[in-house]
Amino acid sequence: MTTLRPFPLAARQELRNAQLRTNLRHATDTIRAKRARVVGEAPDWEELRDAAAAIKDDVLARLDRYLEQFADAVEAAGGHVHWAEDAAAANAVVVDVARRHDVTSVVKMKSLTTDEIRLNEALEAAGVEALETDFAELILQLDDDWPSHILVPAIHRNRREIRDLFARTISPGLVSDDPAALAEASRRYLRERFLAARVGVSGANFAVAESGTICVVESEGNGRMCTTLPEVLVSVVGIEKLVPTLADLEVFLQLLPRSSTGERMNPYTSLWTGVRAGDGPQELHVVLLDNGRTRVLGDATGRAALRCIRCSACLNVCPVYTRAGGHAYGSVYPGPIGAILTPQLVGIENASTLPFASSLCGACADVCPVRIDIPAILVHLRAKAVAATRRPGERAVFALVAAAFGGARRLALAHRLGRIAQRPFTRAGRIRSLPGPLAAWTRTRDLDPLAPRSFRDWWRAR
Amino acid sequence: MRIALFVTCLGDTIAPGAGRASVAVLERLGHEVVFPEEQTCCGQLHWNSGYQREARRLARRFERLFGGFDAVVSPSSSCVGTLREAFGVRNVYELSELLVGRLGVEDVGASFPRRVAYHSTCHSLRITRVGDAPFRLLGAVRGLELVALPRADECCGFGGTFAVKNPDVSTAMADDKCDAIEASGADVCTALDASCLLQIGGRLARRGSAVQTMHLAEILASEAPA
Repeated sequence: MTTLRPFPLAARQELRNAQLRTNLRHATDTIRAKRARVVGEAPDWEELRDAAAAIKDDVLARLDRYLEQFADAVEAAGGHVHWAEDAAAANAVVVDVARRHDVTSVVKMKSLTTDEIRLNEALEAAGVEALETDFAELILQLDDDWPSHILVPAIHRNRREIRDLFARTISPGLVSDDPAALAEASRRYLRERFLAARVGVSGANFAVAESGTICVVESEGNGRMCTTLPEVLVSVVGIEKLVPTLADLEVFLQLLPRSSTGERMNPYTSLWTGVRAGDGPQELHVVLLDNGRTRVLGDATGRAALRCIRCSACLNVCPVYTRAGGHAYGSVYPGPIGAILTPQLVGIENASTLPFASSLCGACADVCPVRIDIPAILVHLRAKAVAATRRPGERAVFALVAAAFGGARRLALAHRLGRIAQRPFTRAGRIRSLPGPLAAWTRTRDLDPLAPRSFRDWWRAR
Repeated sequence: MRIALFVTCLGDTIAPGAGRASVAVLERLGHEVVFPEEQTCCGQLHWNSGYQREARRLARRFERLFGGFDAVVSPSSSCVGTLREAFGVRNVYELSELLVGRLGVEDVGASFPRRVAYHSTCHSLRITRVGDAPFRLLGAVRGLELVALPRADECCGFGGTFAVKNPDVSTAMADDKCDAIEASGADVCTALDASCLLQIGGRLARRGSAVQTMHLAEILASEAPA
């Protein structure tokens, strides 16, 4: 695993893009308002959240048993199950299926899990083109770009940019940037490819242990094309996607669309169980992916991150995400959930700045449909980051401050020394420029100096 | 009632006005305020920065000094939230919470004839959950005109060390908050946390804004000139 670029540097670069901030603000404001409306009309919303958290915690506590139950059910229904410890193992399964069927291309529906394992690159290296069929994923693929939002991967693009891209690639001569015209251009391009495709690739929103059923929710219908038209279907499923029973879907199919797109119900909900003669794919491969998930499971506090159903509500309310955008997080999982999931999946030493990419404002925890206490996990991971990295200067400062807080007389002494030290930097009762780490503050903000008379001195003198 | 004041490290050394004002308001209402002089910090700074061992030591220190009081008041929702949520302390109240929730007071006899925007700090809103207590108190202040703040529930970008670890995002957040405050037409922006006001006031000053920042306690302590 390579180490991610530090978040503060990545964010600084993204912040220079004023268009990105405007797009993000507009898009996230719209989704937030829609979400608030449909959540507000659900009378048992808090109970649904409790139920979802309890179901997911049960799955995580007994994951080994549920996985075996699921795998047995898939095989009993005529599917093939593959266990993949990491990205390379999962990609190898898909490449192998493509080779055995002698295809040079596969059609794909939107799947974060396949983005996580960089399946498209692995297929390309094997001479197989992976065609993204989700509208936004198609845009990104055509421009060699990368998702910046869980639900709205091309949220950082506006329609003029998309019109120009389509005119350059799939729809020469396209003039209109009307959303309907853009959708029509992609539809024409994709329809031919759907009909010719022999292998489809999907992810999964939920996998039902008792029946071996895989469930996918989507808006465009391209996913249903990918999962029904080709003869062969490969579904890549993160092991945390399990739910025990079909009845449990009742909870999640209410929570997910309302939290995600702000709809009461999403347009397409597809469920498939194994294979059935004469109907849909005749060969089904299910790849059960670990790729760091059992490591997350081993952390009693951090494991709640595996409850996540990828709704993206936390992104839309996050004041950091809405300024910095998704790319700054350096992973397919951006925003608050990414800040707790990515460091756990790839190792804290490789993503040590992500747990600090939050003001701990708590807006994410308030909207999370599965009640992940994201701020608490961020704080937990900060301690792990401090333990895993050197930070000599910072360590010394925090040790010094802790020592000063160790007694009232020491704090009073520190206050007096600080008053002397700040003198050269103080003008008319304000500090406008400081050296060292505090320059990060004074570059853009004035700082109130240490008070001439501390509270305790005032108290004593009164 | 005998109430112990936890003034916080920031409230002791950088922003002592909030503590002085808290004392003034509580004494005006006839309560006895005590200040355990050995107090320093609740441990939040270390806790939120990943230094949990030091934080726990400071939290235990807090417990030792304040555990015996019926009620501890602090002019910081953020420190109160951390003491409660992270360290399980039960006898500590944020000032507005103590006044409205525990003491049942809304009119503290204050007078402050200015246009005021109230910034709901994240920890008062989502951790300490003070509800509408600050609004009830502000609503009873004579002469005060409360103006609506757009996007009131959005973070100002302080976040403790976040402000220096991620200065660019922090400043972008502060700018949006300052835009909202200036658009509100307020003369004064108030809040329950001196830390957030350090961020907002620091950015407002750098932008050359005429809007002032004041802790809620300082408004509640204000009286009409005789």
